[in-house]
Amino acid sequence: MQKDIASFRVKYVQILDEKGNVDKKLEPELSDQELRDLYRWMVIERVFDNTALALQREGRIGTYAQSLGEEAVHVGSVFAASDDDWIFPDYREHVAFLMRKVPVKNLLLHWGGSEEGMDLPERSNIFPVCIPVGTQTLHGAGTAIAFKLKKKKFCSLTFVGDASTSTGDFNEGLNFAGTFMAPAVFIIRNNQWAISVPRVCDKPDWGGCQSRAQTLAQKAIAFGFDGVQVDGNDVLAVYSVVKEALEKARKGKGPTLVECFSYRLPPHTTADDPTRYRDPEIVKAWLKKEPLARFKLYLQKKKLWDEKFESAVQAEAKRMVDQGVKEAEDFKPKPTDMFDFVYEKLTPNLSEQRKEWLS
Amino acid sequence: MAKLSIVEAVKDALDCEMERDSSVVVLGEDVGLNGGVFRATDGLFAKYGDRRVIDTPLSESGIVGVSIAMAVQGLKPVAEIQFDGFTYPAMDQLFSHAARLRNRTRGRYTCPLVVRFPYGGGIRALEHHNESPETYFVHTPGLKVVIPSNPYDTKGLLIASIRDPDPVVFMEPKRIYRSFRDEVPENAYVVEIGKAKVVREGTDITLISWGAMVRECLKAADDAAVQGVKVEVIDVRTLSPCDYDAIFASVQKTGRCIVVHEAPRTLGFGAEICARVQEKLLLYLKAPVLRVTGYDTPFPYFKLENEYLPGPDKIKKAMAQVMKF
Repeated sequence: MQKDIASFRVKYVQILDEKGNVDKKLEPELSDQELRDLYRWMVIERVFDNTALALQREGRIGTYAQSLGEEAVHVGSVFAASDDDWIFPDYREHVAFLMRKVPVKNLLLHWGGSEEGMDLPERSNIFPVCIPVGTQTLHGAGTAIAFKLKKKKFCSLTFVGDASTSTGDFNEGLNFAGTFMAPAVFIIRNNQWAISVPRVCDKPDWGGCQSRAQTLAQKAIAFGFDGVQVDGNDVLAVYSVVKEALEKARKGKGPTLVECFSYRLPPHTTADDPTRYRDPEIVKAWLKKEPLARFKLYLQKKKLWDEKFESAVQAEAKRMVDQGVKEAEDFKPKPTDMFDFVYEKLTPNLSEQRKEWLS
Repeated sequence: MAKLSIVEAVKDALDCEMERDSSVVVLGEDVGLNGGVFRATDGLFAKYGDRRVIDTPLSESGIVGVSIAMAVQGLKPVAEIQFDGFTYPAMDQLFSHAARLRNRTRGRYTCPLVVRFPYGGGIRALEHHNESPETYFVHTPGLKVVIPSNPYDTKGLLIASIRDPDPVVFMEPKRIYRSFRDEVPENAYVVEIGKAKVVREGTDITLISWGAMVRECLKAADDAAVQGVKVEVIDVRTLSPCDYDAIFASVQKTGRCIVVHEAPRTLGFGAEICARVQEKLLLYLKAPVLRVTGYDTPFPYFKLENEYLPGPDKIKKAMAQVMKF
């Protein structure tokens, strides 16, 4: 005897196409102000990103990971969360910090080589930048389990890249979240590249790619919950799907995995040279699909965008970022801080080494 | 006062702290209904329920990663890893996150959690069930490493670890889990982290050890006493932070020092003690500082484990050597 004992479906959601046409049936109910805010945050991230890149080129900060083209994933997701929900970023979600009222100064201190950058403001409810790929999945899962234990109606929102889905911790995190029915939402920023290794396998008989799975969203199925793929360059789709996932989590109906299908337009970091491994023509094609342009067209059609609004938003973003640059560059780290935050109290060893440094 | 074994003292400490502080949760594989494979959490599930004594998937990195998040959210997780050799998958979470969260955020987020596990050889166990990985943890700034050698210290040190504001790796010498019982007070009490203990006084040689090896040192010291050699034995108790003052005070007195541990010799914690002793006390030393340790081999399958492990004979040989000077 044989029979099918399991089958699954994975939904794809796009609300706004690259020409700015909206799917009326799926269009989320957002006020004019909220729609403008979505745009505003995406502009702020882009202005921050351009500034940080320039600072890196001038040697004023260290290696930097650009977010260009992935703004809709970051802004749409965080906008859908409540301020009490905790966010677990990796290293590309710059605007997630800013949306949680973390000053630009902090981000630039971080990328400029000072731990003080991740001394995050009280109640920002966001974890520090997480560089070891995938490990933050467990922090998102664990936080959601803790919320459940403490009977709080909060959720966790964890960002990972497509390559993170290959790590043990990503899979362990999803499994914990699934078994405990934790109020967790996991966002995969599928930008299709892990430095030089592509997401999709194009060789029928060999690797050199991240996963042979048809979608990354379907990985959720193995852990007993839903996975959805969305157009990651469509801020309305990201917002709607994440909002729904958070509502589901808050009702005690467990986690969701959201794969945001996008593209990494810039190099992996400023230390990377993508001409070694990918065709610039493909990048150009993806540039046409970038999230800000289509959302601007949508706002224009709704009469929510004009030149005046644009220049006001650009000016606000520039002011915010410029102020952060100044504050960050005025900052001088205190060398003894190297010793003072390893433990709550200095150990005898550290106390001795601290004295040695001072002498 | 009740007489408890080490493993019973572990359970007693957990029980005391869970009763005192509702934010203390225990999590791990088989810690619930089964009471842990060594019964270190026996009865806690019945008393505190599945929200505080949490059976997890078989997922060591997961257990520690989830514990980190719980700690940040104000819970006090005590994670059990079933065996020493299974701590390796959890090292990334411990090293990259638990140990660094305070420093990375300049104190904004802290990670007060305990990861406890049985360690060491001598119980005729399978491969990966005999390891002494303390050096890896001691070498990681931001972690504390605690290893008791008797039931009284086990309870007091585990309670201190649970109350500590920083992540603590708590290693339990499984070989002597049930070997003997001590009087252990019923109430909660604390044995301070960072303090070694002189468990036997002497003037000729200082033996320095921790965990199950402390008993081996005491046996060797008893034998030496018959020949008129007075041996001082120090139980380090907490390897990070380590109480070098206690070690220096003893070696200054005896002028002879031997470190005994189960872990492989090269870069074992004995190497650090040797380095520190010669930095500080070169002119007091009457003989080279020696180490009696496991060999630089994988821990052998159990037919050869007694050949591998330090014991009174190997310790006595080293003592004879330092007494020649």
